[in-house]
Amino acid sequence: MTDLAQWWARSERLRSVLLILLVMVLLWEALCRGLAIRPFILPAPSLVLKDFLSEPAYFMKHSGYTLLTTLVGFIVAVIGGVACAVGIVYSKLLDRLLSALLVSLNAVPKVALAPLFVIWLGTGTEPKIAIAIMIAIFPIVIDTVLGLKSVDPEMINLARSCRASGMHVLLKIRFPNALPSIFAGMKVAISFALVGAIVGEFVAGSIGLGHVILLSQGNFDTPRVFVALTLLGLLGTILFYLVDVAESMLLPWHVSQRGNHGDGPVAQRGL
Amino acid sequence: MQSHSSYIRIRNLDKTYASPRGPVQALSGINLDIARHEFVSVLGPSGCGKSTLLKCLAALEPISSGTLEVAGKALSGPPDHMGIVFQRDVLLDWRSILDNVLITAEFRHLPRQEYEARAMQLLRLFGLEDFAHRYPWELSGGMRQRASICRALLVDPELLLMDEPFGALDAMTRDELNVELQRIWTETRKTVLFITHSIAEAVYLSDRVVVMARNPGRIAEIIDIDLPRPRPLSLRETPEFGRYTAHIRNIFTNIGVIKHD
Repeated sequence: MTDLAQWWARSERLRSVLLILLVMVLLWEALCRGLAIRPFILPAPSLVLKDFLSEPAYFMKHSGYTLLTTLVGFIVAVIGGVACAVGIVYSKLLDRLLSALLVSLNAVPKVALAPLFVIWLGTGTEPKIAIAIMIAIFPIVIDTVLGLKSVDPEMINLARSCRASGMHVLLKIRFPNALPSIFAGMKVAISFALVGAIVGEFVAGSIGLGHVILLSQGNFDTPRVFVALTLLGLLGTILFYLVDVAESMLLPWHVSQRGNHGDGPVAQRGL
Repeated sequence: MQSHSSYIRIRNLDKTYASPRGPVQALSGINLDIARHEFVSVLGPSGCGKSTLLKCLAALEPISSGTLEVAGKALSGPPDHMGIVFQRDVLLDWRSILDNVLITAEFRHLPRQEYEARAMQLLRLFGLEDFAHRYPWELSGGMRQRASICRALLVDPELLLMDEPFGALDAMTRDELNVELQRIWTETRKTVLFITHSIAEAVYLSDRVVVMARNPGRIAEIIDIDLPRPRPLSLRETPEFGRYTAHIRNIFTNIGVIKHD
């Protein structure tokens, strides 16, 4: 088999997804033209594309801003979330304090807190990052706590029998053991961070895709709203798959990844 | 056994667990001496406290009363120079076999480079040298348990505690590992405390077999096994071997663990 044929066989899933997308876009285009729907109500995909191509630099600038806000929020949420989780797992006091705080904070629709952040942090990038962090940190904390706690007690016994330090137990056993859970939380958090960034841009400021949507809606420029939505969809998808790729690179040993790398127990192949 | 020269000395050991339905006595009045270089098996039905005894000796469980001495010192924390093999191999999925073996040195803050050669030597001894850079899930159950024995032997412990290490393996792999363990023991002469529920395994491997009864966990009898070493597997078909297993089965019948025929 040639390389091309191999690639063709392996990319079957991707090809079917793209095909479905293409069919949907074509249907949408046909619907708009056939029923002569006004662009103000629902612009045809061709019109959306045309609007994007009229000012690509404008859209790239706003996408870049939203991307940056999302990434900074996500990274801080991962670091802060893992740190909180370690505190919760290792300290009874922190467990009570943080757990109670997180549960009650999580019960509030966090989007409703966005205007408050504008009062506290102004209309710059800070409140947007803060909202992204606030929304993204919960899945990280919850999944990391679960991962750190679900350690085989016999592994801890192994460490104790060697008089291992608490730091070794954390770094060599608990943390690697929690990595699959942490990645599960990160996959949720990356999408949440994007939501947070957009909410922040809705509430205040004059830059970012959220701002573009709000501005275009005010001008009844529906095609432009759709450009921003499409870019958001792309952004979210790419970010999610970046986390996914990082996971399969960092956790080749995990059950969920084994199919992609090894070829099963060597012992079962007659060795 | 002469108590003055014993490496492990257990006197009147009691162990009581707190449980939701009140205290449970796991071990009662255990007296046992183990000499250096001795291979002792603890044999008993499930729930007789044999694994608890091992965990007490490893200081992974506190004892309720009595004394427990290793090398003349009362136990305070896991003894130095001790290696443990657990019933499950407890290999870390994210580490290669070599890195799994080396973890006992890392935990003890010993320089990894110095132990790498020894780790490879141990893996070679157990026929695993080709798998040093494989991950645990790529190995069969028997190979994984061999790797976990290498891990326990890495820092050359004087005392090796084995908690039903072959209980989860199929009968043939188990025989194979019994032979290997005997060979390694003959070469290294570690002091071994071996927990098992297999009568044949205990008799085949041991200098002495400690037979335990349950409710509460206590020693029923200690039997010296005077069979010449090295012991081939075929020894298990001889009448001398049969006399030992029959005797032990008799003990279990008398204490009600095995029903009369």
